[in-house]
Amino acid sequence: MPAIEFRDVSRFYGDVRAVDRVSLSIAPGEFFAMLGPSGSGKTTCLRLVAGFETPDNGTVLLDGKDVTAQPPYERDVNTVFQDYALFPHMSVLENVAYGLRVRGRPRAEQRSRAQEMLELVKLGSMGDRRPAQLSGGQRQRVSLARALINQPRVLLLDEPLGALDLKLREEMQIELRNLQRRLGITFVFVTHDQGEALSMADRVAVFNQGRIEQLDTPRALYTRPATPFVARFVGGANVAEGELAQRLSGSPAAFAVRAENVRVVERGASQNWRAIPFRSLPNLQEAMSCSGTVVDFQYHGATSRWQVKLDSGEMFSASSIEAENASSPSPGAAVTLLWSRTDAVPLVGWAVTEREWRANSAKPNDSRSEPGEA
Amino acid sequence: MTTATVPLPAGPLRSASTFFYRRPAFYLALLLVPPLLWFGTVYLGSLLALLANSFYAIDEFTAKIVYVPTLATLTQVVTQPAHRDIIFRTLLMAVTVTMACAVIALPIATYMARYASVRMKALFYVGVMLPMWMSYLVKVYAWRLILAKQGILSWLLDSVGLNGALDTLLQTPGIGGPSLSSSYIGMFIVFVYMWLPYMILPLAAALERVPESLLQASADLGARPGQTFRNVILPLALPGLAAGSVFTFSLTLGDYIIPSVVGAPGYFIGMMVYQQQGTAGNIPLAAAFSVVPIVLIVMYLSLAKRAGAFDAL
Repeated sequence: MPAIEFRDVSRFYGDVRAVDRVSLSIAPGEFFAMLGPSGSGKTTCLRLVAGFETPDNGTVLLDGKDVTAQPPYERDVNTVFQDYALFPHMSVLENVAYGLRVRGRPRAEQRSRAQEMLELVKLGSMGDRRPAQLSGGQRQRVSLARALINQPRVLLLDEPLGALDLKLREEMQIELRNLQRRLGITFVFVTHDQGEALSMADRVAVFNQGRIEQLDTPRALYTRPATPFVARFVGGANVAEGELAQRLSGSPAAFAVRAENVRVVERGASQNWRAIPFRSLPNLQEAMSCSGTVVDFQYHGATSRWQVKLDSGEMFSASSIEAENASSPSPGAAVTLLWSRTDAVPLVGWAVTEREWRANSAKPNDSRSEPGEA
Repeated sequence: MTTATVPLPAGPLRSASTFFYRRPAFYLALLLVPPLLWFGTVYLGSLLALLANSFYAIDEFTAKIVYVPTLATLTQVVTQPAHRDIIFRTLLMAVTVTMACAVIALPIATYMARYASVRMKALFYVGVMLPMWMSYLVKVYAWRLILAKQGILSWLLDSVGLNGALDTLLQTPGIGGPSLSSSYIGMFIVFVYMWLPYMILPLAAALERVPESLLQASADLGARPGQTFRNVILPLALPGLAAGSVFTFSLTLGDYIIPSVVGAPGYFIGMMVYQQQGTAGNIPLAAAFSVVPIVLIVMYLSLAKRAGAFDAL
């Protein structure tokens, strides 16, 4: 039985369809990410699970039980808020103990359990402090400890790492992942950072304009995006549609090619393009190619990235891990872009729906199965 | 491509600005010295001069002030049964008025801070402040007419057949009287009406500063709305409640017009101050009586602080 299930859930704000007929099911113990740009409906979906919002249509089920009309305090679900939402007038320990306090547990139990939870997030000595005396990363952990004290079956995390700096964010990603494995409870994680979603989640739902564009494993999302939106948002890929697709592949069907699979070769230079040290050039018989002009070059350290304006007007990007070479094409250079036909991923349109995923998946509870690659 | 910088206008105003910008301490002193002089000498100075009078006493025979420091007048205020009655009566009124204001203001302020649309909120703010823009005396005399024996309120109660209830209420010993306008109940109603805005405004401001996510977090952790109110909303609104109650409490303690226009014949502190420094000419006693509200408010504030009213600040 799924831990969370949405059946045709919609939520409107006036004319805006914040969530538009979304169906999905999340397995117990799954680390599930909701990914999308701001305003795509991912946070509204999370709030529908928590009970802060009521759907205009559809049904929300937790553990198979219809909770659509239940208020938040009746639901066996806890939330880590984006702004942490720690109570400023309570100590850290009182904040963590709050869930037990409102359930009327004995004072001694409140204290010892809260202390345990603080140890779990490595803040055992901070119980007497006020939230205002903590750093952002510490508040984040307090918020996590507070949400876990009631031992919920589902933990909701609303962009919990958004306010942390890069190093802390990476540490917390690993810690959250380990914590989830250890506790074995369902995590639903909302983020707009595709790297975060890909690296942490078992499955990712990509939201766009209130709908799920694709629901898949991180690897399938990255290597087999189903829609132009997913290809661009998750993979940062180049998308060819219509006329451009026709010219490049001989068929008008849309396809995507990721930047790291595109080679940049400078044209008109005296040197033979074969001499340029890209790791491997595709076999010319199986390659697609087009010409354009470099408009920007960005050096990122581990990789380098070119923005190329095609002669037909579209922008494509290419990236390489071998751009130390000083003679790499610079802005203004006329270049040819090349990629292998096998790297062109056909975009099939609207994604595998939840129902299909469940039908195709041999073991619905095995969140590690990758239907996209079957 | 060349870009020309837009030239800055020059002039004496500009060099004066630069002068002050470079000397922030001088600038601050220039801003603060005049009001501090006013506040320090004219305002606090005259207050202290008045309070100093409470350490003198009046000669019983000549009715002249004897300028020899003594605690007699202050002791007289707290020991004489008639004076103690006045203090107790005023304190009781101030406490009940403050509590009533808090109870009435809380739902109104909650609505204004949390539920009202922008339009409704503006309407409520204007509505709450509107009575404060009108003449104090006009409002008090209007209430006297409303509460009078043949007034609009008794007429209204009469026409719905509730005058029996009013009569029963007025027969209550201690707070009743011949009519609402000459009873402590009537005085209480007018006090609550007068000071309610001073409670609503700071309370609404405090509630507006409570982030929505705190209430959601509370509900998320299993708190029913009542528990969220007790554990989260009320403690965070306490500074506003404390600020509002200082207004309602001190205004009631010091007022002398409402008790003289509406209400029973019993004296209040404000009336006593007014009478002693005016007709009776007993400045030391008037000064001693004006010390009482100050002491009571300091006691009230330290109690509120000990109860944690300012912890959330």
